[in-house]
Amino acid sequence: MNLNKIFALSLRHVYLIKGSFPRILDLIYWPTVQIFLWGFISKFFTLNSSYFENTVGIILSAAILYDFLFRSSISYNMMFLEEIWSRNFTNLFIAPIKISEIIASLTFTAILRTLIGLVPAALLAIPIFGVSIFKIGIPLILLLITLYIFGVTLGLLVTSGLVRFGPSFENIAWASLFFLAPLGCIYYPIEILPVWLQFIAKLLPLVHIFEEMRNILIYDSVNYLHILKAIFISFLYFTFGILIFYLSYEGAKNRGTLMNMGE
Amino acid sequence: MKLKVQNLVKKFNSITAVNNISFEIEKNSTLGLLGPNGCGKTTSIGMMLGLITPTSGKIYIDDTCLEPKNRIELLSLMNFASPYVELPKKLTVKQNLEVYARLYGVVEIRKRVSEMAEDLNITSFLNKKTGELSSGQKNRVALAKSLINKPKLLFLDEPTASLDPDVGDFVREFIEKYKKKNELTILLASHNMKEVERLCNKIIMMKKGEIVDSGTCNQLIKKHGRQNLEDTFLKIARSKSELK
Repeated sequence: MNLNKIFALSLRHVYLIKGSFPRILDLIYWPTVQIFLWGFISKFFTLNSSYFENTVGIILSAAILYDFLFRSSISYNMMFLEEIWSRNFTNLFIAPIKISEIIASLTFTAILRTLIGLVPAALLAIPIFGVSIFKIGIPLILLLITLYIFGVTLGLLVTSGLVRFGPSFENIAWASLFFLAPLGCIYYPIEILPVWLQFIAKLLPLVHIFEEMRNILIYDSVNYLHILKAIFISFLYFTFGILIFYLSYEGAKNRGTLMNMGE
Repeated sequence: MKLKVQNLVKKFNSITAVNNISFEIEKNSTLGLLGPNGCGKTTSIGMMLGLITPTSGKIYIDDTCLEPKNRIELLSLMNFASPYVELPKKLTVKQNLEVYARLYGVVEIRKRVSEMAEDLNITSFLNKKTGELSSGQKNRVALAKSLINKPKLLFLDEPTASLDPDVGDFVREFIEKYKKKNELTILLASHNMKEVERLCNKIIMMKKGEIVDSGTCNQLIKKHGRQNLEDTFLKIARSKSELK
């Protein structure tokens, strides 16, 4: 892989973000709205139910982590969609760049977009709701890495669909994360799900991540084995995502959809 | 750089888009690829750019067969411009050219960008967003991008489509001058017959995925007993029998 080419591909998106204040605002806006929404909902529950005392902290931390996953996946899809919308697809694929370089640049640039959105929201939650996600401590880094890998994997799978089927796959891009959210046990423990769904849910890294987050916040104990399990599952899906992307690319070359792909 | 296409076939399920075409472009010459809409020109160019996998047949670039293993190496020597393919609209012209210069591994990026900007008369809007440009300006920027890596083989798909006669003439003149100064082989797909007559050393005519005729402009005009290339094109495009 050529780092200069990966940098060039990333630069295209950095220029885009840098050159547009509304775009930066848009990146920050949704995570902030999400935090406010969940912050007030959970505050209401704290005041009106006998649910454990740290409701605000747990729900808000879950919302922040879920948003991190959501943003990383959507950022990945958005960068790819930008190429389709701007009819730049052909130019990109006839440039002497490897598929691995495209994947690498999208993966690295997605973190930038994700952090622009999430850091202000996470910081705002401290003075407004008295909730700091940073209380999770060192394990937070591992949880974020796991979420990021899984988010990027979902992005990879959606972009594979875009490469293979063209812009008509766009709607799936937006729906992909909402589909997985109920199974991810983001806001509730896995026991809430029916037993048969629990088996399926455990195949996703999300359950392990959010269970561990609750474990840390409620019992103040860390089970690194659970975190490692989540990282392992995420990497497994990531490898699968890369494979699917390569297959889609070959499929698109066979079908001729890379030529003149646009909105 | 020489381009040789040998028995190239592309089938999309039951539809044969390109049917067993073979031709050669000599080093530093310009070949015109003509034919009615949907005759397989774009699919053929797509295969030569490595964007479409041929069903069968080979493409040789300077005797090296275009394959996935040498795709990157060969792509760095080629480029492509088409009014149907655009650059990111929200980036400035300069940013777009810089990004592509990096992607093509250009060493002195700033110098190359200013060279292209000066030659193509785009310096005045280098800092303007690409989406805000007129068709003529966009077209020149696309041409700058296609020459940013000093390609040895250039694919031009209707380079002057939708341009006013003045800008169209500027582009044609630029291509002529650039070719004189640089080593460059061009494959030009165009519906502008005057452009083809002016720029191309040789022409191939495609119809329904096949090459139905080839030769120099004068040879084709004479062979079909017409006054100009436009009439010759019409005769070939409207003929029911296959001309070979």
